[in-house]
Amino acid sequence: MGLSSTKFGAFDPENPTKNRITDIGPRHFWDFFPPIIQRNYGKWLYHEVLEPGVLVHVSETGEKVYTVRAGGMRIMSSAFMRDICDVADRHCDGYVRFTTRNNVEFLVDSFEKIEPLKKELETSKFFSGSLKFPVGGTGAGITNIVHTQGYIHCHTPATDASSMVKALMDDLFEYFQSMTLPAKLRVSMACCLNMCGAVHCSDIALLGYHRKPPIIDHEFLAKMCEIPTVIASCPKAAFSPSTTADGKKTVKLKEERCMFCGNCYTMCAALPLSDKEGDGVVVLAGGKLSNRISPPKFSKVIVPFLPNNFPRFPETCDVVKRIVEVYAANANKYERLGDWAERIGWEKFFEQCELPFTEHLIDDYRLQYDTYRTSTQFKYTDAAWAVSKAAGGLD
Amino acid sequence: MIAMSFEPKVPQKDLDYQELRIYTDEELQNPSDEELKSFKIKYDIPMLEDLESGPWPSFVADLKVEALRRRKLADDRLLINRDVVEDLLGQLEVSFEDGETHWKHGGIVGVNGYGGGVIGRYSDLPAKFPGVAHFHTVRLNQPASKFYKSAFLRGLADMWELRGSGIFNMHGSTGDIVLLGTFTEQLEPIFQESAHHLSNDIGGSGSNLRTPECCVGKARCEYALYDTQAMCYELTMHYQDELHRPMFPYKFKFKFDGCPNGCVASIARSDLSFIGAWRDNIRIDQDAVQGYIAGDFVPGGGSHRGRDWGKFDIQKEVIDRCPSGCMKYEDGVLSIDDANCVRCMHCINTMPRAVRPGTDTGISILCGAKAPILEGAQMATLIVPFMKAEPPYDNIKDAIDRIQEYWIEEGKNRERIGEMIQRIGLPRFLEACGLPPAPQHVWRPRENPYIFWKAEDVPGGFERDIDDYRKRHAR
Repeated sequence: MGLSSTKFGAFDPENPTKNRITDIGPRHFWDFFPPIIQRNYGKWLYHEVLEPGVLVHVSETGEKVYTVRAGGMRIMSSAFMRDICDVADRHCDGYVRFTTRNNVEFLVDSFEKIEPLKKELETSKFFSGSLKFPVGGTGAGITNIVHTQGYIHCHTPATDASSMVKALMDDLFEYFQSMTLPAKLRVSMACCLNMCGAVHCSDIALLGYHRKPPIIDHEFLAKMCEIPTVIASCPKAAFSPSTTADGKKTVKLKEERCMFCGNCYTMCAALPLSDKEGDGVVVLAGGKLSNRISPPKFSKVIVPFLPNNFPRFPETCDVVKRIVEVYAANANKYERLGDWAERIGWEKFFEQCELPFTEHLIDDYRLQYDTYRTSTQFKYTDAAWAVSKAAGGLD
Repeated sequence: MIAMSFEPKVPQKDLDYQELRIYTDEELQNPSDEELKSFKIKYDIPMLEDLESGPWPSFVADLKVEALRRRKLADDRLLINRDVVEDLLGQLEVSFEDGETHWKHGGIVGVNGYGGGVIGRYSDLPAKFPGVAHFHTVRLNQPASKFYKSAFLRGLADMWELRGSGIFNMHGSTGDIVLLGTFTEQLEPIFQESAHHLSNDIGGSGSNLRTPECCVGKARCEYALYDTQAMCYELTMHYQDELHRPMFPYKFKFKFDGCPNGCVASIARSDLSFIGAWRDNIRIDQDAVQGYIAGDFVPGGGSHRGRDWGKFDIQKEVIDRCPSGCMKYEDGVLSIDDANCVRCMHCINTMPRAVRPGTDTGISILCGAKAPILEGAQMATLIVPFMKAEPPYDNIKDAIDRIQEYWIEEGKNRERIGEMIQRIGLPRFLEACGLPPAPQHVWRPRENPYIFWKAEDVPGGFERDIDDYRKRHAR
């Protein structure tokens, strides 16, 4: 029996429990494996990246599966999904896989099948000239940027996601299609600090952020929200109860306490934060989440604010590209961006990347103390001389 | 043939697109490039159109294809507003102009009997963009490690184009197939059509168990130290009730990484992170080590091919980079002091043909990762160093139940388990889980002596008599 094209399909609004199917979970994964994957499940011996975007995995049975990885759009239409299926049907017996980072993987069971597949992927373009399936995203390069919804679907964003990622990937495209970096470099994007994703442990992270306290919708707040919940929502206890001139219950805000996290807006729609001038992009760097060589680590804030310059965010793209280039030129083989920054010292990172160090980058939230340098071990940079001068320690 | 543990226990319905399909070949025909080049949607979108160029796939170009497709379909071949895609693009352009989102705050919608899986969304400009007046999201639980057959995807594309915007996220951050944008009336039909014809349920949201996610695992990775797909599937099925019906203080995520490389980032973004581990010795093939040294094999599986890093130097690239300094290469022989190995994977990643993980494998369990909201980001903390992970995973289900029961009892509203651990302290959490404390739980012992001694820890307890004290000490 096929999918229904009637208004309610398998659902009967008159009798909602009739033939109802619930709690069946996802499709079992096994049927979706290509036969070569079924035959070699758990038997893989080693793999190799043959060229950017092309992998071979060798099994103890002697079989080899070849994977061609194409950069994907996280947001895609049904039309594009059918394009993916067309490629899968023509080259891969109808099988296809998506990666955690929103790439699309086409698997073939012989070396000869790679070239025709690659050729189709590399020549498929949208009417506007953009590639549909750029091949790459493997090894010591930059793979797809994972991102969140932004203005496409979210009610709390401080920036847009799909547009920034498209602009960044256009600018970083050479690194997607090559493996010239000291180690892999993961870029991630989240449009507010709710962070639907692992942005906080990325080599480079872009984060949408607000800079103006919420506007209090005094006339409606008590109708829309529970005042104790609003007061409790603030991690800095910035709200206190108040009344309007005509006696309506509301809250007042100590603005100097606001850290712009937006948790109050999540709890109460009468406290919007978004603002054209206030909102923008924070850049973080130096995080990782694999356990290879060094343990996972958090990304650090290196640029406190860049404007939301739609649609291509030139300031953000420039900073990211600059960091990638300095890292590529200076880090050792296998050294992740954060490991490199720690080895040379963050003072040298700011000097080499020509990024200003401002007071915003010194932690003054609750967990501040363990970032303070309690040592005489440091390196001299211009920023250090500026402090010495300000202290009257230099001629 | 005896079914292996990872194969389905119940027969799966075979999917045939010719049987499933809604649209005819003619209806599925995409507009030509010439048509698309001259196609203008209902609104001026100059900023978005700037994103049609450049090498990276353009979501704007793609959405325009979908918009023009929808213009051509007959009225009864679309069950929500024909203009949904054009209105989405129009609203997005206005959001760029205003520097602010135009989605209203929240909205409670869902399907009967479930408390999650559907995210309500309404435009705050419904008069201007009626096609996105409702723009609800349905999360569908993705198959483990995201392999698909085209018949499934084509069926899904037809169903979603008919009943929604036709726009997907493949995939959302938690791993679900995200159906982006439909009207309230179509939520139940989408749910039941997916269940009846695609054998696929919806995923989690809100204070539910969120849709579990795993890496590619044994399907195509030599590093998988346990069967991530099988365990992800089994736990997803075992916890269906928790997945669909909110019963927790806040969201709860499971993620399954087959090895410490961590391809699904479980350590950074799951409340319970299951990471593959081994406890015996790394397997070394000395001939293959020589193969790497001689240059017969490319180091790192070719990950650094794009640049000339010089001849492979085992001392510099492997031995000296071992974080615990437990490797030696002497007299042509590689040796590892396995008791001091921390399983960082670097030697294995760098010489995959010569060095392989041990064969006595299982998982480490870590707990409590989350994004910054509210008290700062957290990574997962090691709770169980090693545990066997074999079907039906009863030992792991028991451990999960203990952890979740304690959190349900002790956690505050909207408090992630990682935040609860910070609030009550790791010692109390370990005690509640019935786990003895170990140096593996911390990087280093505490640096302050503020130990919360209990009365029963101290001989004589806390009850003392001030008069007795005063007999010895004048006021």
